[in-house]
Amino acid sequence: MAVQLLKERYASQVGTVVLGATKEQGGTRSVSITVGGESALPFQHYEGSIPNRPIIAMEVVDVEPNWPAPLKSVLGDVVKDPALWAKKCVDEWDADVIYVKLEGADPDGANKSPEECAKVVKDILAAVSVPLIVVGCGDVEKDHDVMAKVAEDAAGENLLLGVAEQEDYKSLVAACLGGGHSIIARSPLDINICKQLNILITEMNMPADRIVIDPMIAGLGYGIEYVYSIMERGRMGALQGDKMLAMPMICTVGFESWRAKEAWASEEDFPQWGIQAERGPAWEAMTAAALIQGGADILCMRHPQAVQATKKHIEQLMETK
Amino acid sequence: MIIIGERINGMFTDIGEAVKTKNPKPLQEWAIKQKEGGAHYIDLNTGPSCDDRVAGMKWMVEVVQEVCDLPLVLDSTNYDAIEAGLKLCKKPAMINSVPAERPKIERVFPMAVEHNAQIIGLTMNEKGIPKNADARVALAMELVAAADEFGLPMEDLFIDPLILPVNVAQDHVPEVLEAIRQIKFLADPAPRTVLGLSNVSQKSPDRPLLNRVYLAMAAACGLDAAIADANDDSLMETAASVEILLNQAIYCDSYVKVYRTR
Repeated sequence: MAVQLLKERYASQVGTVVLGATKEQGGTRSVSITVGGESALPFQHYEGSIPNRPIIAMEVVDVEPNWPAPLKSVLGDVVKDPALWAKKCVDEWDADVIYVKLEGADPDGANKSPEECAKVVKDILAAVSVPLIVVGCGDVEKDHDVMAKVAEDAAGENLLLGVAEQEDYKSLVAACLGGGHSIIARSPLDINICKQLNILITEMNMPADRIVIDPMIAGLGYGIEYVYSIMERGRMGALQGDKMLAMPMICTVGFESWRAKEAWASEEDFPQWGIQAERGPAWEAMTAAALIQGGADILCMRHPQAVQATKKHIEQLMETK
Repeated sequence: MIIIGERINGMFTDIGEAVKTKNPKPLQEWAIKQKEGGAHYIDLNTGPSCDDRVAGMKWMVEVVQEVCDLPLVLDSTNYDAIEAGLKLCKKPAMINSVPAERPKIERVFPMAVEHNAQIIGLTMNEKGIPKNADARVALAMELVAAADEFGLPMEDLFIDPLILPVNVAQDHVPEVLEAIRQIKFLADPAPRTVLGLSNVSQKSPDRPLLNRVYLAMAAACGLDAAIADANDDSLMETAASVEILLNQAIYCDSYVKVYRTR
């Protein structure tokens, strides 16, 4: 009896977003990277095309981060110098792009000036030649100034800047339009707000192919199933022709996985959980693995071992035979 | 919900006159206006006063395509006119329509497959329009079988269970709803369904009210498309709401705008 392979015919596809600009494109990056473009569910090569594999953005913080000690000790001394850190991510740990978190801008923390923050971005641009993603510290007022300065000083580099939210998107959209950058649109685990925010951003004349969706993920064991189903629903919408959900998706995997005690707690404290050195990176890699099945295009990650494991996994999923 | 703009029809005096005198302006203006209203397809009908339907349809297709990139619905009982029009269509078009009559099925279905066109199939035959849902569904089954026979993808078959004016044929109105419901069970994947919506309110007062309420009721029964007034704002808002309430489109606060601009 002949078996016929069932293939879904989708009406549309995910849009693409280009990160970074080379010399010819007005920037200084050695490569620009395209994400998105899928015309099928994740890795369903037999019924559509997956022209661009998911990429890994390794996270670099402009001040020494208050991350769990086991994670920091694996990264080593570079966590004190963002440019060196970024360089190591690319040269040794094979990051596709660098995800710069300007934690130092925080008024309750280092309270760096917009100029100082922009300088860190410039230093990293000089240290590595891969595209950059840059996000603020989370303080609404401060981030307006910081991101405006970063967007201006790095004009032409086609950074991916974040984050725009429903109640606060205008200033970042204006900065991105001014400096020729792309934007991260973040919604709080809510597909309806996600769609509406994309509409609001495009209404300011930002082209849809310069918007990346951040569905605001949850980590393994702490609500990952909510974000998984929301990502899946958004991706189905995109494939069925919903233009305002047809943007590539970015996931803050490192941030969410290393918030979990299960990632960093020692074996002495929780003997039944086993060795932390294996458990920690596995926690992050499993979070990433689940989310790429939900359609993630950019994974922001921290632990080099988790990055290696995820890269290998993506390679296998991209094999068409 | 697919809305097929009904306005470029020779039954309207301005279009009838324009087709007669080969004046493209009214057609082009209505094409643009219906697209702005949110129409997804544009229906083209030469009207009864056109002497040469083949030439008339060809001319209509060409002048409308000059200004509007929406797919076209070729609306005629003259299949030579439809075939001539299909050859000129830049996008896959829709044929409006074929009844469940064997000679017409044999003429239209192969033509649709050849031109990658969709078909509106009417649940009527030589004996006219059936009175109840069961008889409509029986005729719909003949159209479904024809799609299988001639290799037309089932999603490209739009079955029209033929709504009649509520003021003179009130008993038909709920029967059509029942027919739509049952037609969706005739095949897997199901054929799609369409109505000439404005018929329901012929010669009744406050036609837009009847039209939009019936659209919502029919949508709940599984209606996929309607030939209707794309410039009736309240109707288009109803069509947008229906998609949201049936969970066919993902909700957002600007759902009406998204529906009309996609």
